[in-house]
Amino acid sequence: MTDQTPALRLDGIVKTFPGVRALDGVSFEVLPGECHALLGENGAGKSTLMKVLAGMHQPDEGRIFIEEQEVVLPTPLDAKAKGVVLIHQELSLAEEMTAAENIFLGELPRKRFGMVDWKTLFARAGEILKKLNCDFGPETKVSRLSIAKKQMVEIARALTVDAKAVIFDEPTASLTDAEKVVLFDIIRDLKADGVGIVYISHRMDEIFTISDRLSVLRDGAYRGTLVTAETDEDEVTRLMIGRSLDYSRNVQHAELGDIALEARNLSCDPLFRDVNFHVRQGEVLGFYGLVGAGRTEIAETLFGLRHPSSGQILLDREEVHVASPADAIARGISLVPESRKEQGLVLGMNCRDNMTLPQIGDLTAGPFVANGAEIAIYDQYRDRLEIKAPSWRSIVGNLSGGNQQKIVIGKWLAMKPRVLIVDEPTRGIDVGSKSEIHNLIRELARSGYAIIVISSEMPEVLHVSDRIVAMYQGRVMREFTSDEVTEDNLVQAISGIGGERAA
Amino acid sequence: MVAETKPEAGRPARIRRRTGSNAMSVFAKQGILIAFALFIVGFAIFSDRFLSAENLMTVIRQSAIIGVMAIGVTVVVIGGNLDLSVGSMLSFSTVLVVDLHDQMGPGLAILVMLAATLCLGAVNGLLVGYARLNSLIVTLGMLSAIQGLVLIYSGGQNVDIVNQESTWFAIFGRGYVFGIATPIVIFLVFALLVHVLMSSTAFGRRVYAVGGNPTAAVFSGIRRSRVVFTTYLISAFATGCAAVILGSRVMGSQNNVGQGYELLVLAGVILGGTSLLGGSGNVLKTVVGVLILGFIQNGLLLMGFAYYVQWLVTWIVIILAVWLDVAAKRGRLFSPIA
Amino acid sequence: MNNALTWLLRNPIWGFVLLIFVFFSVSNEFFFDPQNFKNILVQTSTIGLIALGMTLVMINGNIDLSVGATLALAASLAIDIQGWEVFASWGSWAILPGVLAGLLSGVLLGALNGFIVWKTGVDAFIVTLGAMLGVRGLVFIYTQEQSFFAMNFAYSDFGASSVGPLPTLAVLFLLFALITHLLLSRTVHGRNTYAVGGNREAAVNAGIRVGPHMLINFVIVGFFAALAGITLSTQMGASTPNLGREYELWTITAVVLGGTKLSGGSGTIIGTLGGVLAIGILRNGMNLMQVPAFYVLVILGTILIAVLFLDKQLTRRGKGELRT
Repeated sequence: MTDQTPALRLDGIVKTFPGVRALDGVSFEVLPGECHALLGENGAGKSTLMKVLAGMHQPDEGRIFIEEQEVVLPTPLDAKAKGVVLIHQELSLAEEMTAAENIFLGELPRKRFGMVDWKTLFARAGEILKKLNCDFGPETKVSRLSIAKKQMVEIARALTVDAKAVIFDEPTASLTDAEKVVLFDIIRDLKADGVGIVYISHRMDEIFTISDRLSVLRDGAYRGTLVTAETDEDEVTRLMIGRSLDYSRNVQHAELGDIALEARNLSCDPLFRDVNFHVRQGEVLGFYGLVGAGRTEIAETLFGLRHPSSGQILLDREEVHVASPADAIARGISLVPESRKEQGLVLGMNCRDNMTLPQIGDLTAGPFVANGAEIAIYDQYRDRLEIKAPSWRSIVGNLSGGNQQKIVIGKWLAMKPRVLIVDEPTRGIDVGSKSEIHNLIRELARSGYAIIVISSEMPEVLHVSDRIVAMYQGRVMREFTSDEVTEDNLVQAISGIGGERAA
Repeated sequence: MVAETKPEAGRPARIRRRTGSNAMSVFAKQGILIAFALFIVGFAIFSDRFLSAENLMTVIRQSAIIGVMAIGVTVVVIGGNLDLSVGSMLSFSTVLVVDLHDQMGPGLAILVMLAATLCLGAVNGLLVGYARLNSLIVTLGMLSAIQGLVLIYSGGQNVDIVNQESTWFAIFGRGYVFGIATPIVIFLVFALLVHVLMSSTAFGRRVYAVGGNPTAAVFSGIRRSRVVFTTYLISAFATGCAAVILGSRVMGSQNNVGQGYELLVLAGVILGGTSLLGGSGNVLKTVVGVLILGFIQNGLLLMGFAYYVQWLVTWIVIILAVWLDVAAKRGRLFSPIA
Repeated sequence: MNNALTWLLRNPIWGFVLLIFVFFSVSNEFFFDPQNFKNILVQTSTIGLIALGMTLVMINGNIDLSVGATLALAASLAIDIQGWEVFASWGSWAILPGVLAGLLSGVLLGALNGFIVWKTGVDAFIVTLGAMLGVRGLVFIYTQEQSFFAMNFAYSDFGASSVGPLPTLAVLFLLFALITHLLLSRTVHGRNTYAVGGNREAAVNAGIRVGPHMLINFVIVGFFAALAGITLSTQMGASTPNLGREYELWTITAVVLGGTKLSGGSGTIIGTLGGVLAIGILRNGMNLMQVPAFYVLVILGTILIAVLFLDKQLTRRGKGELRT
C-alpha cells in the first residue's frame, strides 16, 4: 500500500494563532482507497488541521500535495475543485432550501434566462442520494430532515465532485447506531471507488471498525502513525495522552464534610430522568458520559437555568427551588459553564468587569460601583489563579483560552460559593493551563468546597474526582468511588453496557 | 480515549484581529471627535458667525430635543435593542402635556404625561424584554400604534396652550437658568446623569453585559428581561423630557410633531459610535453625534444652503463614520466578501 | 381539503386575509363588490410593488429603509422630465423619457446602496437609514420643495385605465408579483437568495458571490420603489416632495406579516402578497365602516406585534428550552 501515490499529503504544516501554536510541523498522508483516522485530545489541533486542508485556514509554513502536486488552497471552493472536501461537524446547510439545492449549492444547473434546471438538478441529486441509500427525495426541504439526514446531504455534497479525499469531522456525533452502519457503508463504498478518507473521531470503537491506519496529534504536533490492525486501544491512548500531563489517578482524599448538595430523583424530561447523587464539602464529584448524556443539563438545572419536571434539590439537606441563576447564586451555587465564549464571558468587556459581574450589585458605595473593591477582587484572583493579563483593563477577548478560563473560574470563586460546578473545565486550553486548573480544583476541594466536575475527558475525570457518576442517555448508570473505577468499567457504563442501575 | 464536541482553541476572537496601522486605529477610535473638529474648523472658515458663542448656544439648544431622546435610545441600543417608537412617542407626549396643561396646570400635566409615556415604554419593555420579541418589529408596530393613539386622543386636531403668558411651563423651552437656555441645561444635565448611570453603577454594567453577550449575562445571574425592560423605561422617560421641552417651546403641538424623529435620533446614536449590535457605546459620544448633526444643519444654513441639504450631508457622514469604525475593527478598509 | 389546510398553516397570513375578508363582507354592504375589490388592488399596488423587492432583500438578511425616498425621487423625476421643453414636440411620448429616468434613478440608488453594503461591510440597516435621509434631501434639492403636476393627461389617464375588467395598476402589480415569484422560486439567483440569507458562510464556501448577489437584490428593490413612485404619481397626476414618507415602515410591516424573517433565509412572495392584502383589506374595510384612519394605525401595529408573538409561541421548543 505504501508505494501508492498519496491522494493527499501534508508536509510540515505550522499554524499559529495569537497565544497558541495550534499546529507545529504536522505531516500526514492519506492513500487512495484508504481510511486514515486522525486522533487527538481536545485542543490537539485536529480541527485546525482540517480547516487548513479544506482551505478555510492558510498554513504559516508547510506544503500540501494532492496526488503529489503541490497545491495552495486559498478558499474552500478551491479545495473542493481540487478534490478535497470537508464534511463539517457543524452542518452548513440553508434550511429553507431543498436537499438537491443544498447538494449543488453554488452550482445549480441552469436553463435559459437563469432558470434552475430542476429536472437535471433533481435527477443528479437523486442519483447521489440513492447511492447513499437515503430514504428521502431530493426535493425534500432540509428544515424537515433529521440531523442524521442533514448530514447525508452534507456527504452528498462531497460526491458532486471528483473527490480525491473526503474528510469526516466527528461524523457520528449525532447519529444513531443504525445510521452509523449506513455511514460506514458509505465510507466503504467511497474507499472502493479509490477515494482517500480522513476520519476524525474520538470514539475508539469506530476507529477500529472503519480505519486502515491511524495518526495521532498531541499538542499540535504529529506523534506517529499506526496500522489499525496491528495496534490496540492501549497503545493509541498512550500515544494520545503521552507523558506531558500528570493524569495520575486521584488518590488523595480530603476531609469530607457534610452533604452540601443532593439531588433526589431529579428529572427534566426529556433530557434526564431520576437522577440521584450528592456531593460533600471537600469532595470532587465527577460526571462522565458522552455528549448528550444529560450532564450539562443537570448542571443547568442545579443553576436555575432549567426547571426540573420532578424530583428534589437539597442544599445543606434542605429542599430548595432554584428559580433562576440569580437565585442559585444567592444560595451559594456557582457554575463555570461549558462554553466559555458563549456563556462564560462578555468578550468585549475588560477582565475586571467580567470577573465582578455576578456580584456587581453588592460592590457598591452608595449608588455607585466601588472601583477600589472591584480592583481588589480582581487583583486577589489574578494572583491566586496566576492570570496573565496586561492589566485589568485588558479586553477579555484578547486573552488566551487558558487565561480566559481562569477569569471565568475566578469570577465564580470570588462569589465564595458553597457548591462549585465546573462544566468542561479545560476544554480548548493549552496543556500547561490544564494541569494548573486540575491542581486548582483539588486545592479548592481541600479547602472545603463541594465541587462537581463535568468532563468529556476520561483522564481528567479520573485525575480530579473523589467519586464519579457515569451517565448514559439521561440516566445515571453507575457511581464509582475512585478506588473501584477503572477505564474499562467506566467506558462500559457510559456506553450503556452493564450499568448497575440501568433502568 | 477522550470525548470531544467543539473545535479546538486558537480560533482567534474577532476583536483580536485589530491589526490595522496605529494611525488608523487612533482615527477610528476617536474618528468621531476628529470629524467633529474638522466640521467646526470647516464651517468656521466659511462663516465668521459660526464660531460665535451665541451661535454655538443656538446649535446646542436646537439639538436638545433630539439629544435628550438620543441619550435614552443609546441606553436601549447598548442593551442590544432598537427603539423606533420614540418619534411617535414624542408626538404622544407633547400632545398630552400640552392638552393637559390647560386642564390641570403644568405640574400635574407633566407628571401625568410622564406616567403615560412610561406606560408606553413599559409595553415596549414587556414585549422585547420579557416576551423576547424582535425589537425592530415591536417598536415599528408601536410606532404605528402610538401614532394612531395620538390621533384618536386629539381627534386629529392640533392642540395649543391658551394662556401662554401666565404659565411657568414656558421655562422649559423658552427660559434660562443662570443665563443658559433651559433646554441646554436639561440636555447636558440629563447626559451627565445617564452617563454616570451607565459608567458608574451596577445597572449600567448590567446593560453593557446584556448587550454584549445576553447568554453570558444570564449565566452571571443578571435578570436580562428586567434590564432590557428598564432600558425601555429610560428611553420613554427621555422622550417624555424631550416632550416637555418641545411643548414648552412651541406652547402647542401638532399631532405628528415627532414623525421621523426616530431616525434622526438613531442617526445621532450611530454617529456617536454606538454599535447597533449592542454592548458598546457611550452616552457622551452620543451627545457629540447629535451635536454633529446640529452643526451640520447650522453650518450649512449659515453658508446659505437650504435646510434639506443637511440630509444629504448627513447621509455621507453616517456612512463614512460607520465605515471607518467597521474598517478599523476588521483591520482592512474593504469588506473581504466576494 | 387537507392540502388546503397544510397550505394555510404554512401561510397563516392568508387565513387572516380570509378571516377579515369574510368579516367585512358580512358586516359591510359596500365591501363585497367587484368595484371595491378593484379599489383594494389599486390601493395596495404601491406598497405591494415595493414589498416584492423588499422580500428579496429581507430574505437576503438585509433591509432597505430608503424605499420611500426613492419612490418620491422617481415620481418627481418622471413628472418633471416629461414636461421638459426638449420633449415638447413628442406629444404623449414625452412620458417615456420621464418614466425611464424615474426607473433609472431607482436602479442607480439601489445599486449604490448595494455597493456600499458589499464593499464597506456596514450593516444594511445603517446604510439605508442614511440613504433614507440623503435621498429625501436629493428630492428636496431637485424639486426645490415644489410639487409637480403632470400636464399630459395621458399620464394620469394611465393610472385610471383598465386592461379588460381589471385596473391597469392592479394588473401591473399582479404581473410583477408573478414575475418576482418565478424569479425567487425558479431561477438560480432566486434560490441563491435563500442560501445567502439562510447560511451566509455556506453560500460563500459554495462559491456564491455574495456581494454582487446582494447588490442585484438592492437594484431590484430600488427598481420596484421607483416603479411604485411612478404608478402612485399616475394615480395622483402629481408628485410631492414628501411622497412616500413612512412607506418603508408599511412595506416592512407587510413583508413581516407575510412570514419573511428579519434574520433572513425564509419568506415567499405568496406570503408577502398576503401581508400586502391584509393591510389593504383592513384599511379599505375600516374606511368603508367609517372607522377613523387613526384606529387602523393602532390595529395594524397591534396585529404586527401579535403575529410576531404568535410566531414565537408556535416555534418555541417546548420544555427543553434553556431559560436564558
